[in-house]
Amino acid sequence: MKVHVTDLEGNTKEIEGTIGWTLMEVIRDGGVSIKAECGGACACATCHVYVADDWMDQTGERTEEEEDMIDLALDVQDGSRLACQIELTEALDGLKVTLARDAIL
Amino acid sequence: MTTETHETDVIIIGAGPCGLFAVFELGLLGLKTYLVDILDRAGGQCAELYPEKPIYDIPAIPMCTGQELTDRLMEQVKAFDPVFHFQEMAEGLTKLDDGRWELTTDQGTKIVAHVIVIAAGGGSFVPKKPHLEGLAEYEDTSVFYAVRKIDAFAGKRIVIAGGGDSALDWALNLQPVAEKVTLVHHRDGFRAAPASVDAMHALVDAGKMEFKIAQLAGVNGDGTKMTSVRVKSKTDGESDIPADALLPFFGLTMKLGPIADFGLNLNENLIPVGTEKFETSIPSIFAIGDINTYPGKLKLILSGFHEAALMSQAAFLVCRPGERLRFQYTTSSSDLQKKLGVR
Repeated sequence: MKVHVTDLEGNTKEIEGTIGWTLMEVIRDGGVSIKAECGGACACATCHVYVADDWMDQTGERTEEEEDMIDLALDVQDGSRLACQIELTEALDGLKVTLARDAIL
Repeated sequence: MTTETHETDVIIIGAGPCGLFAVFELGLLGLKTYLVDILDRAGGQCAELYPEKPIYDIPAIPMCTGQELTDRLMEQVKAFDPVFHFQEMAEGLTKLDDGRWELTTDQGTKIVAHVIVIAAGGGSFVPKKPHLEGLAEYEDTSVFYAVRKIDAFAGKRIVIAGGGDSALDWALNLQPVAEKVTLVHHRDGFRAAPASVDAMHALVDAGKMEFKIAQLAGVNGDGTKMTSVRVKSKTDGESDIPADALLPFFGLTMKLGPIADFGLNLNENLIPVGTEKFETSIPSIFAIGDINTYPGKLKLILSGFHEAALMSQAAFLVCRPGERLRFQYTTSSSDLQKKLGVR
């Protein structure tokens, strides 16, 4: 499976995903810089990504814990998610996300 | 600002789990330690990011929270009397003529030691700043990431942004002295304590505070003085809130900070070390825990503990040249047990 990750400059990289891994882990190991300071504990909001409009149904709703953590994210949009809280499944093959600034800077 | 100079054997930058365990290992060898940490308490990421989250991979502790791990480490190092300098950032490092190091903090503290141990994890925790054009121009005059004196906000029109405890607590604490407080948050839901949220809603209902569901979009002013904060809302679009002060509270993020200027070799904000001593490219400066890198490195607390033990052996030889390093077990050594205060 593949995921497509766009950075701040608008460059998109296709990354090989692994089902069962989180999106954060796949981005981190796929050679795209992402802060993910807490390492995936849903404790920091520095793996903030924007899920593309046409993928929001497949990635589902934010959990309550994630929603609370997104209170610490900057520039929140409808597609705002924490990449550590999206577990990759077959249905997410081709997923498109854009990194938020607070996941990089 | 203090001008007193402290002297010790080892300065540890960072009071997270690895820095704390280094106090223990160095203490067993009879070495005194000072710790400098930008947070107001020990524990590093364990205390700041996940105090309530469970950790399952500390050897012999099937489960503990980040805070419990910190508390246990603090108990373990107590006998060694480490000196903590909290809310201070290690800023400058100078080599003295006698071969020791002098570390200066942003609060003016000077500490002299034989050895520096960098146990700074992901770097210093610093406030997350909104990405707004021109914001930096007003920092410290109109834009603040912390409140030092409530009086400084008396009679001011304040915009507070965020939905966590800091945002809500300061909105409530500043409301009585401010001319006006407007809380700006992206949703009508908060991660802050429910009691604070209720208190905020009560003030809003009484007309004593304003709450706007919106996000920061910009700051306006003449370059020296901010005059209003621009916000954008999904329903109403963009608007300006006249304001003298903006307080954004979006938590903390980690930045390497002044350590980057210590002259050490760096590899993508990590400090390369050898795996025998965990020494950096500069002799008598060591790096342990998440901040270092070497072939096979794993960012695990247990790896940092191992690194602290090996580093301490090498640090002893720097601090006590000519003395023989005695390898002992806490189980059987009366010397170590005396140091631990159990004999």
